Amino acid sequence: MAIDRRIAITAATLALLLGGYGASFVAAQAAAPRAKVIKLSAQRFEYSPAHFTVKKGVPVELELTSRDVLMGLNIPDFNVREDMLPGKVTRVRFVPDKTGTFTFLCDIFCGSGHERMQGTITVID
Amino acid sequence: MAKGIDRRQFLKLAGLGGVGVVMGSALPGVARAHDDDEFYFVQLSDTHWGFEGAPNPDARGTLPKAVAAVNELQTQPEFIIFTGDLTHTTDNPVERRKRMAEFKQIVGRLRAKTVRFMPGEHDASLDEGKAFQEHFGATHYTFDHKGVHFIVLDNVSDPRARLGDEQLAWLAADLGKQAADAPIVVFTHRPLFDLAPQWDWATRDGAKAIELLMPHRNVTVFYGHIHQEHHHMTGHIAHHAGKGLMFALPAPGSQPNRTPVPWDPAHPYKGLGFRGVDADVDEARYAISEFPVVRG
Repeated sequence: MAIDRRIAITAATLALLLGGYGASFVAAQAAAPRAKVIKLSAQRFEYSPAHFTVKKGVPVELELTSRDVLMGLNIPDFNVREDMLPGKVTRVRFVPDKTGTFTFLCDIFCGSGHERMQGTITVID
Repeated sequence: MAKGIDRRQFLKLAGLGGVGVVMGSALPGVARAHDDDEFYFVQLSDTHWGFEGAPNPDARGTLPKAVAAVNELQTQPEFIIFTGDLTHTTDNPVERRKRMAEFKQIVGRLRAKTVRFMPGEHDASLDEGKAFQEHFGATHYTFDHKGVHFIVLDNVSDPRARLGDEQLAWLAADLGKQAADAPIVVFTHRPLFDLAPQWDWATRDGAKAIELLMPHRNVTVFYGHIHQEHHHMTGHIAHHAGKGLMFALPAPGSQPNRTPVPWDPAHPYKGLGFRGVDADVDEARYAISEFPVVRG
């Protein structure tokens, strides 16, 4: 009985000590929204999809691949750039921190249609 | 109108007084008294030989007309530089070489004794400059002319629009041999600074080149790529983009897409042209005159 009581007191003390941390950890878990995963592929001279919509503050994970030659993805407004490799998936994450419509473009010269190879991201509240 | 005046008179009349830079109108035929401390060169850019399309219904006639216009200058330049995109890109390596050979044959009609070349991404990015080197030689190099040190940088043979660590080391070593006040002119195809990253008008590691150039007090950059006249300062370094000779492009970031400016039948060749540069070596200053392809 006495032993059970000590155990109960110790457990209660630990719970009090850890309570704050545990609560904040849970809150942090709840506050961090899951990343929105978007598969983005490139093929001379277009992206698929060429337009997508995401939410401000919600992390975005892009799964990038090229269907033919080496391409690039550059989103200057969010300081994102990555190579898009044929036959291989590359992941890049970012958090859109402003609303609006923003251009992404190929920044690796890929041929006669390179200059028109771009798309847009719309970020909403 | 300016026939018979010498260069110093020309600058004075033009209101430049030796203060550097930009002339908005063409003043062909200015007679220049070329002393050892001054000279005249011409920049042509973005001829895109092989391009076909509505933005230029005279695609095969524009370059020959530009060559003729340069040859008509009363005072011939001491050298001519083509700042890249000599040819329009093609996936076909045979066609690429054919375009380069045709281009070379046409510009072979230039009267100036010295003509220099450098690649643009359309010439070099699909084969890392291989065909360009076969026809025109090195893609980056230096030369000196009447006391000015010229540096030609290649930010296109790497399709990622990078100079690369090797070229940057080469640049650092070359600059290390130049006095801090030496007059230096840099030729590039792409802008070294972030002019419009959303249009890929930048060099990915261009800031590193500018950092290397910054300790030198007298540096001026001439470049192409954007098919229009444009002037920008990074610190004390002036960057001057030249017009193209196939189609004009819109002002940086002025619209969502970097589509060519439509051909204007009422004003053919509008937005196209080349420039003459009057170099004052002692002052390390450059007076620019813009010339049209044809006189209208």
